[in-house]
Amino acid sequence: MSSSNHKDLAPDSGDSVSRREFLVRLGITSALIAGTGLAARQLWQPKHYVPGFQKEKGLQLKSYALEASKVLPSLAIAHGTEHEKTVRAALTALGGMERFVQKGDVVMIKPNVAFDRPPALAATTHPDALRAVAKLCLEAGASKIIVADNPINSPTGCFFKSGLTAVCADMNLDLMYPEASSFSPLELNGEILKHWTFFHEPFKKATKVIGLAPCKDHNLCHASMTTKNWYGLLGGRRNQFHQHIHSIVSDFTLMMKPTLVILDGMNVLMSNGPTGGRLSDVKPMNTIVAGTDMVAVDSYGYSHLLERDIAELTYLHKAHDRGLGNVNWEDTLHKEVTA
Amino acid sequence: MKFDPQELLKLRNVRRVAQVFFFSLFLFLVFITDLRYLKGYPASIFLELDPLVAFATAITTHTVYMGLLWSVVLILPTLLFGRIFCNWICPYGILHHFTGWLLGKSRAEERERIESNRYKKLYSLKYVILIAMIAAAIGGTLQIGWLDPICLFHRSMSTVILPMINLFIPSSIYVRQYFHVGAWIIGFILLFLVGMNVLIPRFFCRVLCPLGAFLGTLSSVALWRIDRDPNKCVDCDLCLKSCEGAADPQTQLRKSECFVCFNCIEDCPEDAISFKFLPSLKREVTAPVVPARRAFLGTLVGLGFYAFGRTSGASDRNYDKKVIRPPGSVEEKDFLDRCIKCDQCIRTCPTNVLQPALMESGIEGIWTPILNMKIGFCEVNCTLCGEVCPTGAIQRINIEEKTGTGTFVDEGPIKLGTAFYDYGRCLPWSMETPCVVCEEVCPVSPKAIYSREVTIIKRDGNPITLRRPYVDPALCIGCGICEHECPVTDEAAIRVTAVGETRSKDRRLLMDGGDVSSVRNLEKRDR
Repeated sequence: MSSSNHKDLAPDSGDSVSRREFLVRLGITSALIAGTGLAARQLWQPKHYVPGFQKEKGLQLKSYALEASKVLPSLAIAHGTEHEKTVRAALTALGGMERFVQKGDVVMIKPNVAFDRPPALAATTHPDALRAVAKLCLEAGASKIIVADNPINSPTGCFFKSGLTAVCADMNLDLMYPEASSFSPLELNGEILKHWTFFHEPFKKATKVIGLAPCKDHNLCHASMTTKNWYGLLGGRRNQFHQHIHSIVSDFTLMMKPTLVILDGMNVLMSNGPTGGRLSDVKPMNTIVAGTDMVAVDSYGYSHLLERDIAELTYLHKAHDRGLGNVNWEDTLHKEVTA
Repeated sequence: MKFDPQELLKLRNVRRVAQVFFFSLFLFLVFITDLRYLKGYPASIFLELDPLVAFATAITTHTVYMGLLWSVVLILPTLLFGRIFCNWICPYGILHHFTGWLLGKSRAEERERIESNRYKKLYSLKYVILIAMIAAAIGGTLQIGWLDPICLFHRSMSTVILPMINLFIPSSIYVRQYFHVGAWIIGFILLFLVGMNVLIPRFFCRVLCPLGAFLGTLSSVALWRIDRDPNKCVDCDLCLKSCEGAADPQTQLRKSECFVCFNCIEDCPEDAISFKFLPSLKREVTAPVVPARRAFLGTLVGLGFYAFGRTSGASDRNYDKKVIRPPGSVEEKDFLDRCIKCDQCIRTCPTNVLQPALMESGIEGIWTPILNMKIGFCEVNCTLCGEVCPTGAIQRINIEEKTGTGTFVDEGPIKLGTAFYDYGRCLPWSMETPCVVCEEVCPVSPKAIYSREVTIIKRDGNPITLRRPYVDPALCIGCGICEHECPVTDEAAIRVTAVGETRSKDRRLLMDGGDVSSVRNLEKRDR
């Protein structure tokens, strides 16, 4: 639309423009002026803010717990030598997996694979334990099983060497790695935990949640069992938790209301926890503890599997005092069986 | 376009199929060099096929390490047919072929294309580069990795291209985004080399490539080559139109420059060009043309590089505390004899701890792997870096050898360095705050980090009981997870430095034998 071209075509018209061209050119320029103004209005940030002190908001996690039963036990202790049989015996004592998982349920199983360790070192959830629990869930009619954890070591390495990757591939379970997009902010009225970044992706679909933890010694908070297991659902700067470890771990009982927790005490990491590293740190205790109250489950685990004095496990007492569980497991409705 | 089976079976198309195949194979191998997918695949096969890697490491180490024997497979066809590697197999050559077509003069006028493919004196530079690198190797430092195309391409993939893909498509390559110190330098070098195709087609291959120069030299004795029948030739120069190597097929063929792409045969309207067995030596430039004085200058540069590098002291008395080498690495001077900076170890590392060095290990060690505990840590039950190392700079150790278990109890574990506390930055030591994350994550058993309970009176007068951590240097393996997990994230309160590494007698910390740690002896008994 150059002017020289225009002259060539209509030499008589001189410098004048046609009405059509006048309107088009005026229109383009006006639209750009208006667009600039609108964009500026839209993008303008009229006020400053103080970096790092923005008001935080987050999701609140719903409860996955069942209504308490007055007839069925809330705690089952099963002794046996094989994972599958012993897990099955513990669940049968609780009234069967059907009590917890119904047809069509999407079950999220939270193992503890914090470290890149082979199963024999007992620092991670044993693959046979996952296999047994997943099998029971599938038998009860679960439509899908999600397995997720946010390990301390490299996630792919932890799942791979703990043997859980193989179980997931074998049983067609949905293994979820903690990807950057898997996290959302969580809101909680805990003693210390108020806002934290949370591994939310698995919970978008899950209808039931099962915690499946190994029973381990822990250098700082004495023990890592089913309560401490939920640590693996958090992201961000978790290395600050140690400054208030007992308060934080007790806050997990507020944060997470699982359908069921299972403590794998077949082989217990008695020393050098939570990482272990030698077979001599591991002691066979041949026990599976399952229940709906993680505080009761852990109190049994601490006193009977790690064989220590429950009085020193501060985080369980903190949870008990806040009414989030019962640290006196003998007072709960329980059943002890042998597989 | 009409379907014509003869058109389809043209040599050009056969070559394109080979190029797509080898380029895809390279990408596939790069992609599977990951804990999840690396199931016995020969991830470093392109490097092992590279005869320059085998030749140069043979000079520096007087050995050919494990899989490098594969390079014989590539020498053989070169001695028969010339540099077919450059235009049929080399993934980096294929990259430049393709980007040259995409960005370069492929759509230019015929005359311009012909002119862009004439031989230039500049193209002898690669021989001078090769001479300099071999001279450096004879001196005692391996530097082919700067420009060897396979090393260069693997390095670019590991540190730039894959992290970039993951940046744009999160979790496509890594579960968590990987970072590489100084990646931008490697990235801009890649962009520069690719971009130069706009000015000079196949700039890297024709001007810089030391592997091309090496294969070009071998090609002097090749039995087959491109030959022009002077009786049929009408001097139209059309054979230059798509000549990849700028090998002067229109006159006396420069045997060492020819990439054997066969384009000239099909571009010749007179059928004057053929691929011939033992053609007359009169119609070829047999050997590479390198002026003797430039070759001498190249030798000086190479020897100088070695001498200036070594006398800077970075591999000796003035070694940097940050030069923490991967597990299984050979002693530092041997390491510099072996490492080709391909960064395959960096690609496969599951924690991202391995980083391309900048100047930490001197000019000789640029882009060699060092551990950066701020970014990652060394996973105890992992020896992947040694699995993929083609030259044995990181030896192919197994878990027992690494951790000092099983039959290796007496040797003890491989140590990468030693952790030291900076108590002024440590929360329980100087800030009245409980912590000991370091002790929690310490992976050895018994833990190298232990803590003692103390009750102190805080500033506000209230007592607090907390645990204060210590390192047992006899047990510490220098894996760096303590530093990685320390909540003092900018400069951790516990940091691993290179001293104490077992690969070097000169850099050990504790004397062997004696009662250095009763716990260590206890550990031996228990295993």
